[in-house]
This record gives sequence, structure tokens and C-alpha cells, in this order.
Amino acid sequence: MKEFLNIALPKGRLGEKVYAMFESVGYDCPSIRENNRKLIFENETVGVRYFWVKPSDVTIYVERGAADVGVAGKDILLEYTPDVYELLDMKTGNCRMAVAAPVGFRDDPARTLRVATKFSNIARNYYSEQGREIDMIKLNGSIELAPILGLSDVIVDIVETGTTLRENRLEVVETIIPISARLIANKASYQFKNEQIRRLTERIEQKLSEAES
Amino acid sequence: MTPPEILKPEERVAFALRALYRSYGYSQFRMSKFEEYDFYVRNKSFLVSDNIITFTDTNGKLMALKPDVTLSIIHNTRDCETGTRKVYYHENVYRPARGSHTYCEIPQVGLECIGEVDDYAVSEVLTLAANSLAEIAPRYSLNLSHLGLLSELIRRAGFPEQTHPELFRLIGEKNIGEIRLLAARSGVSEEQLLGLISLLSASGEPKQTLKLLSELCTDDGWQRELDRFRRVIDALPADRIRLDFSVVGDRNYYNGIVFHGYAEGVPTRVLSGGQYDKLMQKLGRSSGAIGFAVYLDRIERLDPPAEDYRVDTVVLYRDDTDPATVSKVVRELTAAGKRVIAAKRLPELPVWRDLIRL
Repeated sequence: MKEFLNIALPKGRLGEKVYAMFESVGYDCPSIRENNRKLIFENETVGVRYFWVKPSDVTIYVERGAADVGVAGKDILLEYTPDVYELLDMKTGNCRMAVAAPVGFRDDPARTLRVATKFSNIARNYYSEQGREIDMIKLNGSIELAPILGLSDVIVDIVETGTTLRENRLEVVETIIPISARLIANKASYQFKNEQIRRLTERIEQKLSEAES
Repeated sequence: MTPPEILKPEERVAFALRALYRSYGYSQFRMSKFEEYDFYVRNKSFLVSDNIITFTDTNGKLMALKPDVTLSIIHNTRDCETGTRKVYYHENVYRPARGSHTYCEIPQVGLECIGEVDDYAVSEVLTLAANSLAEIAPRYSLNLSHLGLLSELIRRAGFPEQTHPELFRLIGEKNIGEIRLLAARSGVSEEQLLGLISLLSASGEPKQTLKLLSELCTDDGWQRELDRFRRVIDALPADRIRLDFSVVGDRNYYNGIVFHGYAEGVPTRVLSGGQYDKLMQKLGRSSGAIGFAVYLDRIERLDPPAEDYRVDTVVLYRDDTDPATVSKVVRELTAAGKRVIAAKRLPELPVWRDLIRL
């Protein structure tokens, strides 16, 4: 019996883009394009099984071996530091992790900086490298609201086009790190499905370099 | 004698490994569950986590539940400048669980070879590591790296010292894309980087990787180190060994050969080990050492779920049934090799094959 390669895809636009990339290099699974509520899709001929999961959960599925490989944003990898191999920058889902503040904000280094974010580890590491004391405010959504209402001085969040920031009279103060989607692999799967994972990685890598040239 | 089917995978493996290590002349090292907290504080850079469970002993001393076995073994063993001391252990360590912010008890079986660690001693420990993995699952992989050779390759590539922690983390992730970015930021050219990248991209097959290493090794000192590494590898079962330079281990702890083991069916590594002469030196010892640990907690889900019935027979008795009658029936059934549960009401959970009403 053929051994399936289990792939965790992040639900949403990024996942669809990434699936299109897998499909274009021979890992197609036509049933995934059907409009239904199924969560798992298989193509026995190709030996591939896809499943959609919440983007922030991809690393958990891969680290714990429920998926052999997956695609996760660099933001999630930096925040949760899962014990996985990071095999490839898929050069898609490009954005940046940035510090943003109300337009005209001036930082007073004599005061503790109040930082609102979903990404508390990234923010903590960033400010600790600078030796800056912060008051971390962990939020789960609508981060942009925090400085507007005076809950925080700045926010640490993902910025794609900057439209949401502009519409709320916020601006990027510093870029922490560029973000893109990464192909990750479970460390044990990499040993036992080595050829399958290497082949997949090489094909995507080749596709990316063709697109670049 | 305990029938093998009654044992959970971690128990079966623990017994098999203890027998395996004994057969190679290793003796069991028993240690206390507690150590003085002060000892761990002095050596906390060698621990997986700074968080240690502490309590005050009846004599007022602050004690800790041991978070690491190797440190305790070195602490409680005399220096062994001539000959080797070979010990194995089966102990629990106490560490914070990843993700849950609570402490957990981790059962480990492992061994340490301390003293004159020559090439045979290294290959013996690696053979025992491979055999340990074979006890866990028929398909396994023992991945070996050499921190000495890897560090030399990094030094030659010209990575500044301050980039090393990040570089080693990226090597551990097989993150070639970001290694290239770090090299560009650190002024390391693509040409200088070539050796490191080709080593990390190698498939893991020992012969092929050793050939590549031999091409990269250009001076006598390095060649000697590589020859020793080759001699050790030649003594191992080649089909299950992979040379994987993404195995970096903790550089505070290890030097020389480091290794990780994987068993099919377990999603995380089940074995870690290496040469830790560096740790010995930092603890004031002059001899060398090599060892490994098998994480028994990670293999408890290795077997398929238990069969769908839990007992063969339910013996149902009433309030007025004579206990001697129940006892006799149960005795006869268990003597016939049946699994029996005696109860006044039908049990909710266990599933049974036969029902006897008394």
C-alpha cells in the first residue's frame, strides 16, 4: 500500500495559494476544489493527503506528527518556536512584523512602553534585545484598537499593505522582521518519508526559482 | 514471569534496554530523587529549563527534584582517569512540560560511559543506541553529527562568533534559506558557505557524506578527526545510520559526536546523546564521557489501542451470595487463564465475552 504524505494547509487565502503551488508541481488533489465541508482530501494515485487547519495550528499538527509537512507563516514559527525542520521559504504570503503607533507618536524612553500584541514572544524578544522595559498587553484580535483607545502606546503586529493602519491613523514605526510562508516538516517523518519530503521540497524549490528567473 | 502482552510499550522497552545494557557490562546506577538545589543552580546552563521543583528538607536544606540524570551521575561519580566506568539508569526526571506550563515526570532509561573514551567505547555506545532503537520499533533511524567537524567548517566559512547561536539554531532547523541570509548579513560569501550548505543538504547516507567531508577536510588535524569519525562509523550497522549535521545538541554540554534517534510510529525523537567532555571539564573532571537517554514517555502510544473487550468473564453475584462461592468461581476462572471481574452490577466500562450469574 502506498504511504500517504500528510500535508497541513493553513485555511484561507494563503492556503489556497500554497495548494495551487503544490498542484502545479504534481501534488494535485481534485477533490479539494469541490465546494463542500470536508476537512480531509486524498489523492491515492499521487499519495498525498491534505487537510485544512487554522493557520496558527499548522505547527502543532506538524510538530506532533499528525501532518508530515505543512505550510506556516514565519510569524507563527517565531512565536511558538516548534521543534520542526524549516525546509523552504515559499516566497508567498509576504508581509512584515512591525511596531506601529498613532501618527506622530513620540516614544518616551523614561517610561515603560505599553505594547499590545498577539505575538507576545516576538515582542518580548525584540524589546529585550534593545534592553527596553515593556508592559505587555496580550490581545487576541483588533490590535489596532489598543493605541487608539489609550490601552497601549504601540502595537506589534503583522502589516501587509498598511491599509488598516492608515485607516486608523496609525503608522509603522519599526520593522521587526519580514514574514513569508515556510514549508515545515516533522522531524521524525523526515527520517521515514525522507524521499517523499525531499522530492516535494525540490520540486517546489525548482518552481520558485523558475518563477524568479 | 510477567506475560509480555500485559506490559505497556514503555515498560517492555525499559526491561529490554536494561537487559541489553547489562549484557554489555553496564551496571545500574541508583540515585536519589533529590539533589541539593545549589548544585543545579551552579550548573543551570546545562539544564533544559531553569525551572526546577524545590522543597525544604527537614534539616532546612533547599532540595530539588532532579531535572537531569547525567549531571547527577557526574556529581556522584569519582573522576575516572584510567579505565572506564559504565553505568545505566532507569530514573524519572522532573521538568516543565512544553506548552502546558506545568511540571511533568519524564521516565528515562539511558547509559553513561565515563573515563577513557576511546574509539571502541564510542562505537559501543552508538551500537547500543542503535540497538535501543531497534527494541522500540523495527524501523528506526540513528542520526549522527560531529560538533568538532561542524564547528571547524563554520569557523572556516568565517561566521563571526556572535552569529554562532543563531547559526546553530538555523542548522538545527535545516533552514538553508535563512543560513544564506545570515551569511550575507555577516559578510560570508556564497563560495565560503558552499561546504556547510552541501553538508547540510547531503542525503544522510554515511559513505556519501563521509566522502563529501573528506573533500572538505583539507588539513592534517581535521583529517585525523575525520579518520576517527570514519573508524567509529565503520563499526556500526550501516543501514540504519544517517549522518545528519543538523543534529547539533546543546553546545554547552556536548562536543565531538552527537546523535538523535527516531523510531517509526513516534512523532518526536526518542533518543538523544553525545560526547560530553566539555561538561565534564566544566564540572572539574579530567576524564571523557559519552552517553544517551531514551525518553520512555514518548513511546507510550506506540502500540495499537488495546482490544475492544477488557475481561473474558463477568461474575455477577447478589447481596446474599456466599463470598466463598464467588471466590471459588473467580479462582477457577483465573487459574484457567481467564480475565475475570466479579461485581454485583454489570460494570459500565469493561466489555466482556461471558457472563456468569451466581
